[in-house]
Amino acid sequence: MTGRAQMRAAASAVLLAMGLAGWPTAASPLNATLLLRADDSRLDRSRVERAYLGHPGGPAADGLRLALEDGGFELDAAQAAVKTRTEQVASADAARRAAQAAAQAGAAVLLTDLPADWTLAVADAVALPVLDVGTADDRLRAQDCRARLYHLLPSERMRSDALAQYLLTRKWTQLLLLTGSSAVDAERAATVQASLTRYGLKVVASKPFKLSADPRERNLANPLLLTAGASYDAVWVVDSDGEFARGLPYRIALARPVVGDAGLVPLAWHAQFERFGAPQVSRRFAKAFGRPMTDHDWAAWLAGKALVAAAIAAPAGPAAKQAQALASAKLDGSKGTPLTFRAWDGQLRQTVLLTDGQGVIAQAPVDGLLHPRDVLDTLGADAPEKLCKVSR
Amino acid sequence: MSRGLGWIVCLGAVACGPVLAQGRAYVSSEKDNALTVIDTTSMAVTGTIASCKRGRHIQRMPDGLLMVACTDSNAADVIDPASGKSVRRVPLGQEPEAFDLSPDGKTIYVSNEDEAEASFVDAATGKVLKSIKVGQEPEGVKASADGRSLYVTSEVAGMVHVIDVASATVVKNIKVGQRPRRMAFVAGGTELWVTNELSASVSIIDTATQRVKDTITFEVKGARKEDITPVGITAAADGKRVFVALGRANRVAFIDAPARKVTDQVLVGKRAWNLVLDKAEARLWVVNGLSDDVTVVDVAAAKALKSIPVGRVPYGVALVE
Repeated sequence: MTGRAQMRAAASAVLLAMGLAGWPTAASPLNATLLLRADDSRLDRSRVERAYLGHPGGPAADGLRLALEDGGFELDAAQAAVKTRTEQVASADAARRAAQAAAQAGAAVLLTDLPADWTLAVADAVALPVLDVGTADDRLRAQDCRARLYHLLPSERMRSDALAQYLLTRKWTQLLLLTGSSAVDAERAATVQASLTRYGLKVVASKPFKLSADPRERNLANPLLLTAGASYDAVWVVDSDGEFARGLPYRIALARPVVGDAGLVPLAWHAQFERFGAPQVSRRFAKAFGRPMTDHDWAAWLAGKALVAAAIAAPAGPAAKQAQALASAKLDGSKGTPLTFRAWDGQLRQTVLLTDGQGVIAQAPVDGLLHPRDVLDTLGADAPEKLCKVSR
Repeated sequence: MSRGLGWIVCLGAVACGPVLAQGRAYVSSEKDNALTVIDTTSMAVTGTIASCKRGRHIQRMPDGLLMVACTDSNAADVIDPASGKSVRRVPLGQEPEAFDLSPDGKTIYVSNEDEAEASFVDAATGKVLKSIKVGQEPEGVKASADGRSLYVTSEVAGMVHVIDVASATVVKNIKVGQRPRRMAFVAGGTELWVTNELSASVSIIDTATQRVKDTITFEVKGARKEDITPVGITAAADGKRVFVALGRANRVAFIDAPARKVTDQVLVGKRAWNLVLDKAEARLWVVNGLSDDVTVVDVAAAKALKSIPVGRVPYGVALVE
């Protein structure tokens, strides 16, 4: 165990002890509980070391902590406070029970970095606002949306819309789509198709791929064979796992860019983003946690900023007023414009960054795109689509 | 005959009188480690001066020298405009961005963005005299004319910190708009105007009561509210007019200060950022961060005269007239 990991383990123990003893009796702070998955395989050392774009680089608690430290001055000046607690759960059932226990212990807001179904279990278990910092699943913003569920990461559709917009500006309209074999990949490929239709791009060929060294499966696994025999402007790869996509750029048949889950990737954040005071945020994060700030960290950080905004809006409560402040918060995510939650599905409106992993190549919405109300609503499910039927 | 000719010249010129006085503009840019020098009469670049790394805020010192804060050198460079050479470096603590000088020029007040501190630095020795914790990402710094109070904006906390210079303590936090950036004293120092980059507005603080007494929100025809991102601000000496650079709206707003009304909006370059007014208040020099140029605006005509290419990602400008 490294020194840092030991410190973190000790801190968790303290937090758990606090949990058993109830909330510390400070001057009416806003209490929030962050629910994390136990033994999170996404954070296995071997995965984190690969640093696939769009995958978490560490625990969500880090971003949250940074936001509360950032907000210290503002909280003090308003005589407000935020107290957070972290709890690990191993199943949807455990998540439900932990959510109920937290609500009974006086939590005003819950935060989740959990799989989609567990997130729903939490949202259904309590009458509190739930800030989802871990999922990009479109269904949680559509058929499975919930009235008090807010999403900090951009949805899959926002991400693919962002990339489609950029391809359109380059006039790279003819695409070869490569899709992995998992159910998640199939779902995400359908989302990509929807974005391509929205922006008038065309799939000239769509093929499944498989991560394999078996010579009998080389038609599915070999980048050259997969990308030969067609004419296209770019290859869009859908690979939630990340390993196949990483090996694709520069190994395809034509001199064309790879986009999607490798090459040019749409993300909420990248540590190399240079504009709008972003380097200062990334630098504070790297200084505090010894690693680059990922898109997942940004989501957790912004959730923390939302807690700060809610606490300041109503330092002495009541919880209903804080929940109202959360819903209408205008958050500064260091992306150049104030960010707000969409009233129709709880998704945070935001700029999406397009990165090759080295730097930020472009931002979406792209210049010149128009929208009757808010140009940020050109990314993801828009109000007239009425995909979320729950009234908020 | 010569009188007649004089009349013709005066009518034909864009402006007459003190405007045509010899002078130079010095422009800092974040990616060149140099200042660009412009002849204010011909509005042409005459050369560059090598300086420290990532030059940002630049202003004239009471003794006539120029001081530029260099974020990546953790120092200020002091430049003699007569020789066009650096005469000394003054350490300014970690990551200095903006600063102001005490009225006697002896103390530099600087915002250290990564440390979330405002520091008092001895301008001669570079010794840090005091450091005061403020909200995250401190930016604009402004000392009152009597030297007693210091105002510092925090971009993250969305407030202006009022610091009592004698005791070096924060005596008041004034909540303003989102991402407050720069400040200007108006109406003889009885008002402090603060630009709010993400609220598309200016907060007007009554310096006696230390409360926000007015807010002016900008609207630009054809521009979205989120693209109106005011940063730079400067006021005419009589306090009647205030000029605000509107960032991504690519315009400078002229404000009738007593009436709290925007009278003109002048199209300049991309992301108009910081700006200064010449002594005659005839021309406004506007730095455009994303088009790598400086636009000179004729104040009377409310019209851009010329845009002059400068360094990469220009930040601030100071005039020597």
